[in-house]
Amino acid sequence: MPGKSLKSIVESLIFVHDQPLSLDRLALILEEHERAEIRQALEELVEEYSAASRGIILAQVAGGYQLRSRPEHADYIRRLTKSKGVKFSQSALETLAIIAYRQPVTRAEVEYLRGVDSGGVLKTLLEKKLLRILGKKDVPGKPLIYGTSREFLELFSLKDIGSLPTLKEIHELAPPDPFADQPELPLDSVEPEDMLR
Amino acid sequence: MPLESMQSNLFSDALEDAYRVHIEEFEGPLDLLLHLIKKNELDIYNIPIAAITRQYLEYMELLKELNLDIAGEFLVMAATLLQIKSRMLLPATNDEEDAEVEDPRAELVRRLLEYQRYRDASYLLSSRYLLGRDVFARKFDSPEFADLVQKEEPVDVELFELIEAFRRVLARVSIDTFHDVVADGISIADRISEVLSILHVTRTVSFESLFCGRMTRDLVVVTFLSILELCKLKLIRITQVESLGAIWLTSSSPEGDGLEDHGPEDHGPD
Repeated sequence: MPGKSLKSIVESLIFVHDQPLSLDRLALILEEHERAEIRQALEELVEEYSAASRGIILAQVAGGYQLRSRPEHADYIRRLTKSKGVKFSQSALETLAIIAYRQPVTRAEVEYLRGVDSGGVLKTLLEKKLLRILGKKDVPGKPLIYGTSREFLELFSLKDIGSLPTLKEIHELAPPDPFADQPELPLDSVEPEDMLR
Repeated sequence: MPLESMQSNLFSDALEDAYRVHIEEFEGPLDLLLHLIKKNELDIYNIPIAAITRQYLEYMELLKELNLDIAGEFLVMAATLLQIKSRMLLPATNDEEDAEVEDPRAELVRRLLEYQRYRDASYLLSSRYLLGRDVFARKFDSPEFADLVQKEEPVDVELFELIEAFRRVLARVSIDTFHDVVADGISIADRISEVLSILHVTRTVSFESLFCGRMTRDLVVVTFLSILELCKLKLIRITQVESLGAIWLTSSSPEGDGLEDHGPEDHGPD
């Protein structure tokens, strides 16, 4: 039963590796197996882990597969590790959100969107390796261009950057959609006296 | 919009002890404006600019009373609001077609909405399963790896620390010279090649050791400038293993992984 044993081999490999293990990497290691077989095994494993109510899930993050604890058990694990866990300031989250959605992006663009100086936050996020410098923009001053890193995907449990919900989806949850209404601001209908009162 | 109720409840919760904390919640002028709009249940597409400007300025006044530094961005926004307000007071010119006259508030509304989108996105980010907060993966500290990470990774030195180290060296050099001999001054270029040849042999050398022996003030300065120049040319890396520890110069030529093999452990901490 080669399929069955392949699945358990894949499981072992993921268990031992300390980072998300990608299909590419698995295919290199398991050269005697077809890539499609390995993908099949991975899918089955993900399915099995989520179906069985075990304390471990097989998560797809940062382009790979990683065994992680079940999120519902976070409280208990924090008791064990005594860590308070990561906590982000609002400014850090805003900056990350802007860069995640707008990358590649310069510091000036981030600051325009946030309306505040963001140099310090950018530095901290770079130090935490959540951002990386993608290069320099070919405009006067050659500003650095920023993007998010693999660590960012790992931290926020994202399969890839494309699996972030689109800004449109976010706004379907939260009113109102700014750009659908944008061209026709209902401003003309308002008397200036009303506005100024 | 009943203006009185707007004003009375705007800062009603604000004057309590927790006010300062409340202030710091605002990430910037856009955040504050969104707060004012939401608090007064205003239509973002039809902001009563006079009222909102007054409230915004009241808030700035409060900041001043509390002796908090008002960030420049808040002042810029105050000026923008006042400008919009004054432009709205001007009668619309009918020369051009109506459609082309943009509402003075439009630009601000666009920025507010754009900012709001990313703020919502940031809430969404923080509601995801965060590694280390909601989900956990195993960490690997197997014995063979433990040895490798025992030494702290060298961190790049801040320029300030380099200058501080230089100041210490300079303080060591006696300044009581009684007569000036014509300086057989060593040039920076010469000193650079000297430092490079030292690094060629040892790969890593401590900052202080370059200033050992008989040093004149000139030589100290030339050496320091050489180090800066080498750093600028990316021929060396300047690192420090621990804060306030010895500063190390490493040749950054690619042969071998100098830091790991002949790094600070060969010399021991200062």
